[in-house]
Amino acid sequence: MLKRLSGWAMSAPATALVVVFLILPVGATIAATFAVGGGPLAAYVDYLSSGFRRTVLWRTLEIALLTTLFSVIIGFFTAYVVSRASPRWRSILIIAAVFPLLTGVVVRSFAFLILLGRNGMVNNVLVWLGVEGAPFSMLYTEGAVIVAMVYLFVPLMVLTLVGVLENIPDDVIQAAASLGATPPQIFRQVIFPLAVPGLIVGAVLVFTGSFTAYATPQLVGGENVMVMGTFLHQQAMVTFDWDSASTIAAIMVVVTLAVVLAMTRMARRLNPMAT
Amino acid sequence: MTGRLSPVLIGFAVLVYAFLMGPLIIVIGAALSDTTFLTFPPQGLSLRWFERIFEIGAFRRTMVTSFQVATLATICALIVGIPAAYALNRYRVQLPGWLSTLFVLPVLVPEIVLGFSLLRSIQVGAGFPVFSTLLIGHTLLVLPYCVRVISASLASFDFSIEEAAISLGSPKWKTFFTIVLPNVRSGVIAAFILAFITSINDVSVALFLTGPGISTLPIQILAHVEQFFDPVIASVSVLLMVLTVAVMAVVERTLGLTFLTK
Repeated sequence: MLKRLSGWAMSAPATALVVVFLILPVGATIAATFAVGGGPLAAYVDYLSSGFRRTVLWRTLEIALLTTLFSVIIGFFTAYVVSRASPRWRSILIIAAVFPLLTGVVVRSFAFLILLGRNGMVNNVLVWLGVEGAPFSMLYTEGAVIVAMVYLFVPLMVLTLVGVLENIPDDVIQAAASLGATPPQIFRQVIFPLAVPGLIVGAVLVFTGSFTAYATPQLVGGENVMVMGTFLHQQAMVTFDWDSASTIAAIMVVVTLAVVLAMTRMARRLNPMAT
Repeated sequence: MTGRLSPVLIGFAVLVYAFLMGPLIIVIGAALSDTTFLTFPPQGLSLRWFERIFEIGAFRRTMVTSFQVATLATICALIVGIPAAYALNRYRVQLPGWLSTLFVLPVLVPEIVLGFSLLRSIQVGAGFPVFSTLLIGHTLLVLPYCVRVISASLASFDFSIEEAAISLGSPKWKTFFTIVLPNVRSGVIAAFILAFITSINDVSVALFLTGPGISTLPIQILAHVEQFFDPVIASVSVLLMVLTVAVMAVVERTLGLTFLTK
């Protein structure tokens, strides 16, 4: 009893902080969307009734799904190479993935402005190669946002998966090999299934991160590629329509939590090591 | 797990790493350019864009604000986060499981939603000053890092040492400061540094919590890029990269960078 009390007492300040400044304000934002006149779901019906707002939601989902797909594929094979590299190379490659991860989102998105701009590197190379129609306007397109976001999330994916792949016991792989499995078979039938739960965890991080991103779509996509994050900011700070901004915020929370809950449950089910 | 890798896979990884490093190298190159516009490869080398950062008042001011907010938010998060991490490890049996989920909630809730909600309920609704709201937002933002990193340190701490000190007559609070805390020192340093860099780099929370005269460096960078396209942003970016390298050095010395793959 006394132990329980001191446990609560020590975690009380952090609990209070999260409850008062996170749960209550975010809860209030979500609650406000049900208080709009015309029925409890009026705000959402209104949101989905506008073609433009529907487009923003679908576009954001599309960008987030494609970003996740590319990041997972690129991250998985890269992490596989990193996890099988010699210890020396492994630490170099891990450092090379941590560096971009710890460099801010603004800096990394800004790099793509220099890279993809009309006078940017990619266009200069294309002109130099004599490609028909170059320079292209590549910025402020959905493709540019996806490429920049994949760039943003690949390091996270690599680091998550290196940990997962390194945790696969050597015995399992050796057992498969001694039973006559070829390296591609080991990869497909042993390593990949064991990495699936980690892949799902990484995919959730990338999906929620790209679904709620602001800085990258703002810098690389601009007004042309409005997504939920930039739309929320525009509604709240430019047009000062806080009801609309709250609805966008609530949709973001619901989608994020639904994906996190569904996918972590799936990761647990698909874990072949679980008993 | 080592062994032969197919050349195709190695080639793929080389390309991915070129993709990861390339844009950052371009930013460094652009920062050193002597031109008034952003370009790569740099035309003429000069450091004048680094001097220019400090000539622009908005950059000087936002740098100071960013450092103040990052330092204060990290300290606040550690003050509430260390006891919480301790309680989660020491009283694991006595405390409900959802409590540890509560402390990672700031990661689950989209940052941009947290920023907007703090503006709506705390700054406008409850009338908190701009700077305090910003500080609260960043404290929440970095709390999960503090709790997680220090929990990981405490997980390998042998609590029987603490009990030995208490049974020898050391008061409980004193034991915490003289026995427990020194043993997780590297965790505290790593948590500090990771929280600090997270706060310095944040856009989505600060986006809503800036006001007249109060803004952070990333928000100022965004505002500057929308008006001018000169190499000064590249120079600021390089400064932030130097900070990142310093952070990595500290993390490597305390927890080891492989901590980040766990």
